[in-house]
Amino acid sequence: MTVRVQQDVFDPWRELAAHETAQVERLAGQAGAAVVFVGRMRDFSHGTPVTAMRLEHYSGMTEAYLEKISIEACTRWELLDTLILHRFGSLQPDDPIVLVAAWSAHRDAAFAATRYLIDELKTRAPFWKQEQTPAGNRWVQPG
Amino acid sequence: MSTVTIRYFASIREQLGRANERIELSSPTSAGDIWQQAAGGLLPSNTLVAINQIYASPQTLVHPGDELAFFPPVTGG
Repeated sequence: MTVRVQQDVFDPWRELAAHETAQVERLAGQAGAAVVFVGRMRDFSHGTPVTAMRLEHYSGMTEAYLEKISIEACTRWELLDTLILHRFGSLQPDDPIVLVAAWSAHRDAAFAATRYLIDELKTRAPFWKQEQTPAGNRWVQPG
Repeated sequence: MSTVTIRYFASIREQLGRANERIELSSPTSAGDIWQQAAGGLLPSNTLVAINQIYASPQTLVHPGDELAFFPPVTGG
């Protein structure tokens, strides 16, 4: 179970490969299923271009909340491992914002856990997006 | 410790013009009442509250030494 919130840009596929290598003893021969969600920044929103984004977070509470939902996922489903990686700070269009992954012996648990983690993250983890548009900055409203 | 640290985030931080402040607190007081003292007016209905970095409600009592936070609905992911 890994949670990381960082300012630096990340490559989700390199992160996944590194995580699987680091967790090889836990996963090798066991993980029949790996489900991965990658969320990226769009360059449009509500019909207008978005040139950049700033992501604010509540340092400390954010990590604690992501750890809490990771533990919850591990109690609800038979998982071998989970990974949540999320950016904060300045983002450019197409930057990965979030990576969520779950490993399990069979696919149902990994699908359900990944869906749960990204949905809980989006509705409760203390992050706030501010979009920069040609008309000025605006806070994103929950959709 | 007889102070409470209050933290504001995102649009609330911008509207109030400050990210944090400390107030004196001699006895347990609800988060909503502390908002009235510190920010003025009623707590806006969609505002989220956390005490010591855990979600709470406007009715939850805040104790001296606690960290209290107010923020708008979240938009991560």
